[in-house]
Amino acid sequence: MTALEVAGLTVAYGATEALRGIDLAVAEGETVCLLGANGAGKTTTLRALSGQVRPRAGHIRLGGADITALAPHRIVRRGLVQVPEGRQVFAGLTVAENLTLGAWTLRDPAEAARRRERVLARFPRLRERLHQPAGALSGGEQQMLAIGRALMAGPRLLLLDEPSMGLAPLMVAEIFAVIAELKAERVTLLLVEQNAAAALAVADRAYVLETGRITLSGPAWRVAKDPGVIAAYLGG
Amino acid sequence: MLAQQLVNGILLGATYALFALGFTLMFGVLRVINLTYGFYFTAGGFVAWYLTTRLGVGLALALPAAAVAAGAIAVVLDTLLLRRLRRARAGELASLMVTLGAVLALYAGMTALLGPDIRRLPPDVIGTGALVLGPVRVTQAQLLILGASVVLAAALVWLVRFSRLGLGIRAVAENPDVAGLMGIDAARIAALVSFVSGALAGAGGVLIGLAFNAIHPYMGEAMMLRGFVVIIMGGLGDIFGALLAGLLLGVVEVLTAGYLDSGLKEAVGFALLVLVLWTRPAGLFGRPVARRA
Ligand SMILES: Nc1ncnc2c1ncn2[C@@H]1O[C@H](COP(=O)(O)OP(=O)(O)OP(=O)(O)O)[C@@H](O)[C@H]1O
Ligand SMILES: [Mg+2]
Repeated sequence: MTALEVAGLTVAYGATEALRGIDLAVAEGETVCLLGANGAGKTTTLRALSGQVRPRAGHIRLGGADITALAPHRIVRRGLVQVPEGRQVFAGLTVAENLTLGAWTLRDPAEAARRRERVLARFPRLRERLHQPAGALSGGEQQMLAIGRALMAGPRLLLLDEPSMGLAPLMVAEIFAVIAELKAERVTLLLVEQNAAAALAVADRAYVLETGRITLSGPAWRVAKDPGVIAAYLGG
Repeated sequence: MLAQQLVNGILLGATYALFALGFTLMFGVLRVINLTYGFYFTAGGFVAWYLTTRLGVGLALALPAAAVAAGAIAVVLDTLLLRRLRRARAGELASLMVTLGAVLALYAGMTALLGPDIRRLPPDVIGTGALVLGPVRVTQAQLLILGASVVLAAALVWLVRFSRLGLGIRAVAENPDVAGLMGIDAARIAALVSFVSGALAGAGGVLIGLAFNAIHPYMGEAMMLRGFVVIIMGGLGDIFGALLAGLLLGVVEVLTAGYLDSGLKEAVGFALLVLVLWTRPAGLFGRPVARRA
């Protein structure tokens, strides 16, 4: 069963086309990574999926239903949840308030409390800082908060935009361990990364995006062996 | 004499604070300087005048009705004028120009329709009795001003700081895009904030109309100048700052009029603003971010 199906997605900012008709699919329970250099259009892809930019052409289906024209808050209600690039926690609000906001679409306080318990069990450091402003957290802690906040929504598809960006190596390892955990729990993941080695190691399948076009796709192990990918993204 | 002046100043300041609360909320959340804000004050005054003089409605009903009407007008104007600009991420200058043009048209249109004359609320709209506490005399109108200001300010603080919707409002204030990723409908929050702000301004219009017994189309314009003084002094977007700065401005104006010259009171208000910004550029309470709703 496909969780996400993208066909012919084209997005332009003014006259510049950032995406030129990409096709992409994520199956239920699958972990898919999207690789690409700076400016390739990875963030634009996720922004289009979340309804933050209007595509010029193409279709986006979530669990079979067309969500192409929906507003961002409606897309979240259908279970497509994004952890945006650069974490984007609400710096002036507390950690607890950030988590509460993650469960905004949930009308059941008891279920929200259960989810919060699970998030805090996963990220014990957040529990210690529950009543501090999110802006006071370290970069790694903010990334944990951003992921925890997204999990509060109970996503059926989770988009992660460069979760390891700008973090110290130990923290990068920790974030990828969390991603591996989510994968083991069969959370459906679409992962955008510049850390191609770590992303290909955790993913089932991969897509390579170059200046708005998908130039390569397939099982992660096979993409990892592609000479072009090795040269461009794996420091070969 | 001084005690009476201080009481008068605090009561006048309470209305300034009420008016500025809505203005600062609107700025803090929607991040636009919406110059039509003064018109909601005028609208509130006129709705109350119409209800009390033409329909014989009592103040207990006219005040909330005027607030609701002004809130509704605020939602309509925000939707018509600013929603598109927000969506297109137009700069602050664009919203400033659009709302400046709109508010001038609204005042002029209202004057053309209703005439420039000063209107008065019916004399029996509020009792003439007064509370006498030693040297201080507090009229019933002043008591109403105080009660309404305290209740509305407390309700606003509760809404923004302690309610679930308030959390959504603060999230939109900090980052509307990310708020959307939480499933928050930023357009609905914008409408709510417009309504609440407009209602506060409308209530302020009724109370000031009552205090000075004068309602006219341009009353909102004079108030906007004070609104600017108060929200800049209190720190843009800062609710508690607006409350204190509003009270301070009221006291300063009344003392100036009482001990110096009533023609000087506006000059003193602006001098105070300059003095505060000179010493504390981020406002009285100095937290430098404009994102505290
Ligand atoms: N708001 C915008 N307005 C105009 N052009 C934009 C905008 N956002 C992105 N672009 C352009 O669109 C292209 C794709 O950008 P995008 O942010 O999607 O790339 P990316 O793959 O996420 O890059 P990075 O690895 O740096 O995050 C780039 O050429 C970028 O300059
Ligand atoms: Mg990016």
